[in-house]
Amino acid sequence: MARAPGDRLRVLTCGSVDDGKSTLMGRLMHDLGAVPDDVAAAATGPDGALDFASLVDGLMAEKEQGITIDVAHRYLSTPGRDFHLIDAPGHEQYTRNMVTGASQADVALVLIDAVRGMTAQTRRHALIAALTRVPTVVFVVTKMDAMGWDPERFEELVQDALAFASALELKAVQVVPVSGLTGENVARPAAAAWVERATLLDRLEAAPVASATGGPFRMPVQWVRRDGVDRAYAGKVASGRIRAGDLLRVQPSGRTAAALQVVGSNGVVEAGEAGLTCSVVLDRPVDVARGDVLVAADAPLETADQFEVDLVWMGDDPLLPGRVYDLKIGARTVPAQVTEIRRRVSVEDLVPLAAKTLELNDVGVCNLSLGAEIAFAPYAEDRTLGGFILIDRASLNTVGAGMIRFALRRAHNVHRQALTVDAAARAAAKGQKPTVLWFTGLSGAGKSTIADAVERRLHDMGRHTYLIDGDNLRHGLTRDLGFTDADRVENIRRAAEAARLMADAGLIVLVSLISPFASERRMARELMGEGRFLEVFVDVPLAVAEARDVKGLYRKARAGQLANFTGLDSPYERPEAPELHLRADAETPEEAADRVVAALRERGRLQA
Amino acid sequence: MTTPARALSPLLRALEAESLHILRETAAECARPVLLYSIGKDSAVLLHLARKAFGPGPLPFPLLHVDTTWKFRDMYALRDRVAADPDLDLIVHRNPEAEAKGVNPFDHGSSAHTDLWKTQGLKQALDAGGFDAAFGGARRDEDASRAKERVFSVRTPGHGWDPRRQRPELWDLYNARLKPGETLRVFPLSNWTEADVWDYVLAEDIPVAPLYLAADRPTVVRDGKLLMVDDDRMRFLPGETPVLRRVRFRTLGCWPLTAAVESDADTLEAVAAEARAARTSERAGRLIDKDRPGSMERKKQEGYF
Repeated sequence: MARAPGDRLRVLTCGSVDDGKSTLMGRLMHDLGAVPDDVAAAATGPDGALDFASLVDGLMAEKEQGITIDVAHRYLSTPGRDFHLIDAPGHEQYTRNMVTGASQADVALVLIDAVRGMTAQTRRHALIAALTRVPTVVFVVTKMDAMGWDPERFEELVQDALAFASALELKAVQVVPVSGLTGENVARPAAAAWVERATLLDRLEAAPVASATGGPFRMPVQWVRRDGVDRAYAGKVASGRIRAGDLLRVQPSGRTAAALQVVGSNGVVEAGEAGLTCSVVLDRPVDVARGDVLVAADAPLETADQFEVDLVWMGDDPLLPGRVYDLKIGARTVPAQVTEIRRRVSVEDLVPLAAKTLELNDVGVCNLSLGAEIAFAPYAEDRTLGGFILIDRASLNTVGAGMIRFALRRAHNVHRQALTVDAAARAAAKGQKPTVLWFTGLSGAGKSTIADAVERRLHDMGRHTYLIDGDNLRHGLTRDLGFTDADRVENIRRAAEAARLMADAGLIVLVSLISPFASERRMARELMGEGRFLEVFVDVPLAVAEARDVKGLYRKARAGQLANFTGLDSPYERPEAPELHLRADAETPEEAADRVVAALRERGRLQA
Repeated sequence: MTTPARALSPLLRALEAESLHILRETAAECARPVLLYSIGKDSAVLLHLARKAFGPGPLPFPLLHVDTTWKFRDMYALRDRVAADPDLDLIVHRNPEAEAKGVNPFDHGSSAHTDLWKTQGLKQALDAGGFDAAFGGARRDEDASRAKERVFSVRTPGHGWDPRRQRPELWDLYNARLKPGETLRVFPLSNWTEADVWDYVLAEDIPVAPLYLAADRPTVVRDGKLLMVDDDRMRFLPGETPVLRRVRFRTLGCWPLTAAVESDADTLEAVAAEARAARTSERAGRLIDKDRPGSMERKKQEGYF
């Protein structure tokens, strides 16, 4: 993200209470005079001693459990510098919070307990700092007082830290010994003569804000302002600067125009600067929308829709390859699927591992396929145009943080073959409107029975149809898949793609598939396009489906012989707005089939 | 756009840019935002920034004042001057239940007063307006629980805050998506400090209530706090008589629940200097923050700002 050069230095602290983090933070704030008297009084025990750690505990839940749950933001100043401390919890279950803090930091303080030495946790913190490319990483060796300021112990830890930093290809690494308890080498020098004469505070005062002032002009368009007939395109400048007269390119469309006027926060300015907001008026009417990127015409960004990315998973539910998520980058939001998890990275020892999914707090390298081309820059070069989030389309939560490594060229090399006979021509030859009827519901709800009855009726009417049945599919096209969430998503994706090909061939396609997840049903719907897709919810209470148990599957599942059974130990997400809601326990399959055909007719899908 | 009284420091320019980005992002992604205008200095700065983000011309969202009928008279005067601007649409909401019962801090206590007028009143006004996002001027340096709140804070259908369910906020990418019934509180001033606010008020010449500047005001000392007698609804305890003292306010709320501080800072420059040198928390004078342990965190969970 673009930072203005005058901003506070953002310092991330990575560690936990066990590493002496709260004590160190409390000490730093106290010694810089940033603890108000009333807060200090509340943190002073009956013995008159100040509990530094309790100065930084925020929430009741945290005080009760003695842990840090969430990122805390604190602000302090020295005569020479303004600081914004981003205090992130250290325990593994809060990795997502740490990544959040790291994405905004100029400096990361990675804590090493002098007594315990480098732990798995220290290594995870360093990895995240490296992954998010925090410009300055400082290993802070805490509790030096407990080791009697032993120079040999410190030297040992320096070697450990530098070795790991070099494996991470971290640059600008420093190692500093401190004691939060006594305050030595935090804001004032240590007593031990061997300690280098630069306190932690000295080092922070010398660290640079990660501002992106250089480079060519780039600005994601965040807001389109209509001033009468004129339009101004507002955003925060990601890099470079813009002046009136500069020739610009709109990406991804590639059209060019010149800047007529640049407006800053207090009126017309000579130049719009990196890290600050501005609005640009162009000299000619070109199509520019929120999410487009304005760039210097002679330095365009790459555009692509397939990428290799670093991904940190933050969702409570695991990442499912093939599932459609929304990706937000700059001011642009596009659908995105992980097509392949190339590897998961063991955060403790950096060993690459094979993985089918990423769980909460996992870090991996993935291939990503987007629903549209975007203008981008590798994250290493530009945080604004290379960093993205993934949003789950059902829970709407932010479930992933990603960093673009590079574009994959597949989409460019595999050109779509232009064909003379198209979908419309094939449909016309059959005299029908290709449509997908998607039957979803629990196992044993009666999907296939009803779908079969519908197909019979359509066939008798002379319609060209095909029925894709989930069970039959698993004997061929999806024979390699099991019943985990990840495999179910892939199973549905293949069924949806097959249905699309058949609809493209001019057929009315019936798909009978449990399809338990709303996300994938939505994916199938979007693949077909609105109007050509009818979701048919075959609804029956679980007890009824289980009592029927035509295939004996519920009995097996209850006996523990079948895992991941929908409705029992695997969820079924009920459709919220299906085109047709059949009550399979209250109407016969024949009645239900009549209703489906009637619905097709009402929607004009049976006319030529 | 007015010319600023003095040039902004690089820090203020950076903070301003971040706030403008947040304001525009909300307006672009939310269907029906509203700006919570509580007449204090933070609201004044927020409104000023909103005009910069979307002006010249009318703001693309209304202002909402959740009134308690117990604000200082100077605050009502300022609010009415602000509301006279034809480019602004100010909604004033008073909880009808609190109004009917005549809820006040003296008879009902600070907790019930705040809950009925402010927390319940705010929820009513947000629901009535169908607002999906509400801008607030809260800052992270004000309180330990605010230090942990996101810029975009998702609230449950009952407007509650669950600190364990906050969305990660990476870089400056904000996720403003909502499920039915959920709403957002958006805090563009999250990273500003009290001193930043005063520096900005000074540099941009933003009008604020005169209560922030020191003057001789009638006060009583109660439980170690200096309370100003702002109107004739004051309930004096036996032996209490108002005494003129040179005081000012660091934050403004309902006058019987907001303590003054003794101060000679009668210019904005002096106030800004005091904020920078302050040895007590800004909200130390807010009686409602201290009515029970973890008070602000609990209020937020119940839907307070």
